[in-house]
Amino acid sequence: MMNEQDFIVQADRFLNGEMDSAERTAFERYCEENASAAEQLATHRLFIEQLKHHADRAAFKRTLASVADRYHRPETAAAATHREPILVTLWNRFKVNSLVAASVAIIAVFSTLWLSGYYKTIEKTTTNYSALRRDMNTVKKNVNAQNAVIRNINNEKQKGGSSESHFGATGFIISPNGYVVTNYHVVKDADSVHLQNTKGESFRADVIYIDPTHDLAMLHISDSAFKALKNIPYTFKETESDLGEDVYTIGFPRDEVVYGQGYLSSRTGYAGDTTAYQLSIPVNPGNSGGPVIDSRGQVIGIISGKQTGIDGASFAIKTEALLKSISAIPMDSLESKLTINRKNSLSGLKRTDQIKKIQDCVYLVKVY
Amino acid sequence: MILQNKGTEEEAKDVFQEAVIVLYDKIKQGDFELSSKLKTYIYSVCRRLWLKQLGNQERAFQDVSNYDEVIPVEDDLAKHREMELQLSLMEQALEKLGEPCRTIIHDFYIGNLSMQAICEKFGYTSADNAKNQKYKCLQRLKRLFFSTT
Repeated sequence: MMNEQDFIVQADRFLNGEMDSAERTAFERYCEENASAAEQLATHRLFIEQLKHHADRAAFKRTLASVADRYHRPETAAAATHREPILVTLWNRFKVNSLVAASVAIIAVFSTLWLSGYYKTIEKTTTNYSALRRDMNTVKKNVNAQNAVIRNINNEKQKGGSSESHFGATGFIISPNGYVVTNYHVVKDADSVHLQNTKGESFRADVIYIDPTHDLAMLHISDSAFKALKNIPYTFKETESDLGEDVYTIGFPRDEVVYGQGYLSSRTGYAGDTTAYQLSIPVNPGNSGGPVIDSRGQVIGIISGKQTGIDGASFAIKTEALLKSISAIPMDSLESKLTINRKNSLSGLKRTDQIKKIQDCVYLVKVY
Repeated sequence: MILQNKGTEEEAKDVFQEAVIVLYDKIKQGDFELSSKLKTYIYSVCRRLWLKQLGNQERAFQDVSNYDEVIPVEDDLAKHREMELQLSLMEQALEKLGEPCRTIIHDFYIGNLSMQAICEKFGYTSADNAKNQKYKCLQRLKRLFFSTT
């Protein structure tokens, strides 16, 4: 038995063809008889083949490289003067990327400009809005802001009111014998107040009680032409209403009656005022004093104002506050008894039918 | 095509060389049948190689419209890749082997120098000594090669 080294030597000679025929046959027989030797021969041969292959390939690559060099040399001589600087190579590679980045940057700049430009065109009430929002300091400051906002609504009305009372506000009956409630800010500083119903009949009314803290005012129709109504279809809900309550209002933002529909957004009003609700309902100057009615035909509040510059922030004074206010009216201000209706005749009706019944009790308040 | 797709001239040359190697191997294997122009074959190989490279480097490519017809060369390229892999393993093993072993092995198996010549070249005291040295180198190389596979 040969040792491995010797075997390898023999194997090499065998593979290289250095053995004569006798040696070859002897070697071959040796391998046949020894399985491990045969295996060794096979692996060795494969290995050497790979080694040679590798060397061949390396040589081939060198040939290719030198050929390529000779082929490209004349060009490189000419191109040597114009070797691209790194910047240009980078540019070529990243052309598309930089184009995309540039357009994104431009779009971002222009949209920011547009957005900020847009905000500039909104009136200074927006500065009120942002100031208000950050201002959590004192209730007083907030209340003043709220008053400013309400004044905005009121001023619009009064501007119209002094000439021809094209705009007014809304009030609604609380007692069939001619007691009507509206907002204090509507009748403040009024010389005279007239109420006009949906049929177009106009009646003179007196302000018999005011409640400035709750922004309520009670009127009494003093006109002799007024005929007391038989009954009021709606009742006044004394308990709190729930968030998401479907509500609607009837009012006079113009001199035709207008229906608005929305929902209860919050159980407190502006700046956490517990005597008011926040609603999401479309209201405009003229809706002040209108009733807020739920799906069962109960009055849950009175529209008092809205916060400009914010979506879905309209406010209504809760019925609870209204009822308290009514009960606070001193007896001698009341000519006749002020009865609150307890019988609701709207609860089963469709919305459209409810409205037909209610609108007889809602008045356009014309303030001169 | 390569220049259009984020390549440099150097890379283009390399890819072309590789394509030539593929062609050469295929011819050596003896099963090369060209059904269209040689140019088309080379182009197809180059294209595949380059796209693969771009894919590996995760560089987005655009404008991969064909400049020329393309024939399917995936099989050839697969074989080529395998071969390249083996060759690189051998290369790695040879590198790890270092000198003087590498040259000894090279001279003996590829240069076909006799033991005597090697002995003289490397300054060994006798041919037997040289033989022993060569054997040791060979064993080392084999170990390196098979350990990396």
